[in-house]
Amino acid sequence: MSLAVRSGLVPTAPRGRRRPPARALAWVAEHVVLVALAVLTIAPVVFVVLTSLMSSRQALTRSLVPQTWEWANYARVFATLPLAQWFGNSALYAVLATAFMLVSSVPAAYALARIRFRGSHVIFTAIVVAMLLPPQVTAVPVYVMWSQLHLTGTLWPLILPNLLGDAFSIFLLRQFFLTIPEEYADAARMDGCSELGVLMRVIVPMARPGIASAAIFLFFHSWNDYYGPLLYASENPGAWPVAYGLATFRGVHGTDWSMTMAMTVVITAPVVVIFFFAQKAFVEGIALTGVKG
Amino acid sequence: MIAGASNVRSGRLRLLRGPGARSATARRGDRAARRRLGVAMLLLAPALLGLGLFYGYPLVASVFWSFTRYDQLASPAWVGLLNYRYLFTQDPQIGAAVVNTLWFVVVLVPVRIVCALIVAGLLARARTAPGLWRTIFYLPALMPPVASVVAFVFLFNPGTGPVNQVLSWFGVQGPLWFNDPAWSKPSLVILGVWVMGDLMIILLAALLEVPRELYEAASLDGAGAWHQVRHVTLPTISPVIAFSVVTGVIAALQYFTEAAVASGVASGKATVGSGTATLLGYPGTSLLTYTELLYEHGFASFQFGYASAMAVVLFAITATVLGLTIRRIRVFRAEEVR
Repeated sequence: MSLAVRSGLVPTAPRGRRRPPARALAWVAEHVVLVALAVLTIAPVVFVVLTSLMSSRQALTRSLVPQTWEWANYARVFATLPLAQWFGNSALYAVLATAFMLVSSVPAAYALARIRFRGSHVIFTAIVVAMLLPPQVTAVPVYVMWSQLHLTGTLWPLILPNLLGDAFSIFLLRQFFLTIPEEYADAARMDGCSELGVLMRVIVPMARPGIASAAIFLFFHSWNDYYGPLLYASENPGAWPVAYGLATFRGVHGTDWSMTMAMTVVITAPVVVIFFFAQKAFVEGIALTGVKG
Repeated sequence: MIAGASNVRSGRLRLLRGPGARSATARRGDRAARRRLGVAMLLLAPALLGLGLFYGYPLVASVFWSFTRYDQLASPAWVGLLNYRYLFTQDPQIGAAVVNTLWFVVVLVPVRIVCALIVAGLLARARTAPGLWRTIFYLPALMPPVASVVAFVFLFNPGTGPVNQVLSWFGVQGPLWFNDPAWSKPSLVILGVWVMGDLMIILLAALLEVPRELYEAASLDGAGAWHQVRHVTLPTISPVIAFSVVTGVIAALQYFTEAAVASGVASGKATVGSGTATLLGYPGTSLLTYTELLYEHGFASFQFGYASAMAVVLFAITATVLGLTIRRIRVFRAEEVR
């Protein structure tokens, strides 16, 4: 309701100018299209889940619905693959990367959003360029750097850089900080608060949804990462995160669609759970990357 | 003289005190500006170090290495323009890689934006349960890319996949999708449209910000629905569309994960990570992208010099795209703050 009202896209002509039947017809037409598109959007998920519950043999046939519901498939993926270990690797990667990012990027974003100093425009532009630059552009020297530190074969080359700021997170956090009225910070400064005090006691509590959203973005990014683990950990299956394991396990074990689909569901589940708990902050964050500021 | 570029607060003080008090205030402003600079540098120190270590140094090193022969065993040896000459005139795979990458830029980016815009437009009008609709259409974007690619290769597999079965109910003989060089890229476009949730949310937010009065005015002038979209909606949200185009083009230039995983899974053999990169591009070379070729040269055969040359060319292209557009996109401009 509120969406439609704010949108201004609902018919705004004075009542009576357009006849009610026409409007009702438009309503029906729009909703038929929406429902059709929604079915197309949901269908792939339904087929994936159904296949994950078929027997391995049935998954190789043309049937769409399981004859017997093989819930044991989910236990089987954990039993036949080092899935628990891969989950642990993913969790370690995502949690540490997110924590490190917050420590380094929240202060940086605050400085760019709320402190006036010579050079802030240049630094902000550098952050934007860094955020938009394809990772492949810098990959070779960065790879050589980590290999000289003997850290290839692990996920540390993907975790540690977050201690030195993550460009996209800094950009997003700055966007959020800009939406906090400056008067709050000014009032705290008048009361003798230091800049660090303003940040910790005024900005951080007020920007909690924004910080949550940046944290979720980086968590998902790390959880989903394929290119990073391919570059640094492909030689060492003990260090693989789940997303990389899924892509590679398919190749290694040939066609067992029910297992593969079960694993697809398993690696997606944590992301969906987190999304439903933090939906609002997350959606706001996405909108903010493109629009406001 | 005030050191800070735009010191609003001391500027206001100066006005209040009048010209007589100018120098004392200015000196205080000077000191305050220097203190602010110190605090800002302290807060930004890790990020600045990161910019230097992970962007500044690698860019310089890549340019230097691109003129050398360099692998893991030997240190860089100067070869002049040899890498570039090979890249532009001899590399047998570069043609396919460039054509495929440009194909994604030219097809994937606009198709995704148009589809996202249509769905966002429908969602902006939906009066019943708008939150539910939004969630449904956003959901696929949550799936880890590897998972959605694996799922799509299964759904579209020609033998037993549900897609071709559903098509057969309507008497349509489905193509080989991910196993046919002519269909592999369109299959990835369908995937790209399915996971367009982020784009859709950004466009929806823009649509909802279009002032209602604009539609009222247009409607009073007798503008029909199409005219309102054409002359009110699109011009108002054009900055956001520009944002979507630029970020979309840059994403397409580095298109990697979806293509690499689709090739590995559809071929049914080992994927890129397991020591062999020969399946990159399967079927045929239809999915070989520029960044895949860069990966193959740099990290499967460890030709760091040649990979650096490819990286420098990619940087030049990205920098050109950014240089032409970055000033036009509001969220990327620093001045909006002040």
